[in-house]
Amino acid sequence: MDLENQKRVKELSEKYGPENIVVVLGAAEGEAAGLAAETVTNGDPTFAGPLTGVQLGLKVYHVCEPEIKQEVSPDLYDEQVGMMEMVLDVDDIISEMTSIREQYCKY
Amino acid sequence: MSLLKDKKVIIIGDRDGIPGPAIEECVKDAGAEVVFSSTECFV
Amino acid sequence: MNSVIKGTSYILAHAPDMVIHNGSTQTTERIVNPNSEYLVKLPSHIRSYEDALNYRPNQTYIGNMTPAELGEIPQPWYDKPMENGPRYGKFGEIMPEDEFYMMMQVCDVFDLVHLEKGFVADVKPRFTANPVISEDIAARIHDGIDISEIEHFVNEEHAEGLYYQDKLVGYVKRAHDVDVNLSAHVMHENLVSKASSVLALLYVVKNSGIDKSEVEYVIDCCEEACGDVNQRGGGNFAKAAAEIAGLTSATGSDMRGFCAGPAHAMVAAASLVKAGTYKNVIVTAGGCTAKLGMNGKDHVNKDMPVLEDMLGGFSVLISANDGVNPEVDTDIIGRHTVGTGSSPQAVIGGLVAAPLARAGMKIPDIDRYAAEMQNPDITKPAGAGDVPASNYKMIAALAVKQGDMEKAKLATFAKEHGMVGWAPTQGHIPSGVPYVGFLREQILNGEVNTAMIIGKGSLFLGRMTNLFDGISFVVRKNAGAAQAQEGGVSKAEIKGLIAEALRDFAASMME
Repeated sequence: MDLENQKRVKELSEKYGPENIVVVLGAAEGEAAGLAAETVTNGDPTFAGPLTGVQLGLKVYHVCEPEIKQEVSPDLYDEQVGMMEMVLDVDDIISEMTSIREQYCKY
Repeated sequence: MSLLKDKKVIIIGDRDGIPGPAIEECVKDAGAEVVFSSTECFV
Repeated sequence: MNSVIKGTSYILAHAPDMVIHNGSTQTTERIVNPNSEYLVKLPSHIRSYEDALNYRPNQTYIGNMTPAELGEIPQPWYDKPMENGPRYGKFGEIMPEDEFYMMMQVCDVFDLVHLEKGFVADVKPRFTANPVISEDIAARIHDGIDISEIEHFVNEEHAEGLYYQDKLVGYVKRAHDVDVNLSAHVMHENLVSKASSVLALLYVVKNSGIDKSEVEYVIDCCEEACGDVNQRGGGNFAKAAAEIAGLTSATGSDMRGFCAGPAHAMVAAASLVKAGTYKNVIVTAGGCTAKLGMNGKDHVNKDMPVLEDMLGGFSVLISANDGVNPEVDTDIIGRHTVGTGSSPQAVIGGLVAAPLARAGMKIPDIDRYAAEMQNPDITKPAGAGDVPASNYKMIAALAVKQGDMEKAKLATFAKEHGMVGWAPTQGHIPSGVPYVGFLREQILNGEVNTAMIIGKGSLFLGRMTNLFDGISFVVRKNAGAAQAQEGGVSKAEIKGLIAEALRDFAASMME
C-alpha cells in the first residue's frame, strides 16, 4: 500500500479509535486485496511503510463483498459497482479477504 | 447490526478495480462518514 | 477532410542499472529500508540485454511480432523467450543501456552529461553505426573524461551516477546549486525522457519517409515536467527534442494528462491538421525512469526477473489526408468529463458507448479496441490484474447491458475485438497508442476497417483533483481508399500505393 495512505490509516485510527474505523478496498485482484487488508490489520507485509509492525486489526472489506453490498441501495450499487462485479473475480476476492479477517481482525 | 452506519470509513480504491469516488458513493449511501478516500495505481 | 496516420515508431531502451539507481520503488526503499532483503536480492533478478531482446512483448513493441502472434504464446511469457531476438524491428529498436547513455549525452545542451573516456571509446563506434544516428547527431558526442572527475561529481557535487553493468561510467550533474527543479535527479529524469523521445522521432522520420523540413509541429505527451523554480512545468520537451532530431521547421508544445496524454495529443494533432493549421504534426513521448522496477518487489518475491527494465518511446506522424492512409475520425470522440462520474461503467460509458451512440453505432460495430495495452506479465504478479483483459470485459459487459450484444458473446469479445497487452508499464506509453502502428498496417492491408483508441489517466495522483480522466477516438480506413476499392475506379492505383507503403516497411526492416 502506498506510504502516504498507510500514514493516513495510522493517523485516523489513532484519532477516531480503531474500533470505530472500517476500511473499504477496491482492489482489482484477490491477492492485492489480501495484501492491502493485511496491511491495515497485521502491518505492512512489504516492510516499507508506516504500518510496518503495526497491528491495527481494523475491520476491512472489499466493496464487492456481500457485507458491503447489502448495506447499499441496489440501484446505486449497480450504478457504481455493478459492471465491475462481472469483470473482477469476486469469489477469489471474498476468500482472500475472509482469510485475512479471520487471522488478524480484532473488531 | 449495521457494518457501515455511523462508522468512520477509510477508502483505498484501485484505478483498475473500483476507484475511491465510486466506493465513496456506496458507503455514504449506507450512512457512513468517509474520513479518507484515495485511489491507488499500479501501472 | 480528416487527417491521416502517415507513420509511426516505437522504441525501447534497456535500462537495468537505472532500475536499481533511479526507479522510484528502489530509491524510496533505500531511504525507508536501506538494509532490506529486497535491495539485496534485486541485482540477481536484473535481466541482461539479450534477455530483453528475447522477451517477446519487447519484440512485439518494436513490430517483429504481432499482438495476435504474442497472444498465441501461453502466459507467462518471461519464461518462454525467443532465440536470437533482433535489436531492430520495423517500428524501431531496442537500444542497449550503454548506447542510450550516449543518446542522453548528445541530447544534453547544458554540459550536464559526461561519460568516461574508455566508455566513450568503446560505445561510440556502435552508437554511430545505428542507421538513425546521422552525422549531425554523431558530431554532438563529447570526448570522455577521467573516472576521477566522475567520482568527484557523484560524491561531492550531488550528481546522479550513470552505471553500466554495475560500474560507474558517467554522470548527470545538477543544473543549479539551489533550485530543486534543476537538481541532478530531475535533470536525469528529463534527459532520459528527451533522449527516448528523440530516438522515436528519428525513427518516425525514417519509417514515414517524410522530409524533416516538412514537420511543422511536435506535441510531446510524456508525464515529466521541465522548468525552473519560477516555472516548474514550463516545458517544452517537444521543441527540445525536435531540435536534436533536426526538425528545423517545427515548433511544438507539451500536452499533459497522465496516461491519457497520448490520446489527448493524438486528438489535438488530428484536429490541427484537419483544420489546416499545420500539414504535418508529430505526437511524441519518451520514457520514464521513475517507473523502472515499479512492481519490482512483487517480481522478486515471485522469483521472476524484474520485467520493468525498459524505457519506452513512440512517435506518430499525423498528416493531411492523402486518400490512402487511415483517417483519425474526429467526429467520434469519447470524453470523460467533469460530470461523468468515476464508476468504471460511467468511465467506459463516456469513453466508448456515448461517442458511438452519437454516431449511430453500436459497440460491436468497431473492429478493434485498444485501451490500456499493459503487458500482463508485469501487472498480474503485482496484483493489478490483466489490464487490457479487464478493459475488454468492461466494454463487453457494457455492450450486453445496453443491448448491443448477446450475453453469449461476452467470452469471445476480447478475442474478436481486442488483443493481449505487450507494452511496458511506462504510464503514458501503454495507453492505447502502442496499437496505432499495427493498426495502420492492418487497415492498409484490409484486415481491419475501424478501431477505437482509448486513453485513460489517473489525474488523482497529482492531488489536485480526485477525478479520473479519459479520451477516445476512432481510426478508420481512408474514405478515399474505401470508395476507390468499392467502385473499382482506381483500385490498381490504391493497390500500388499500399504495396509501396509495405515495401517501405520491408526496406526499413532490412536496414
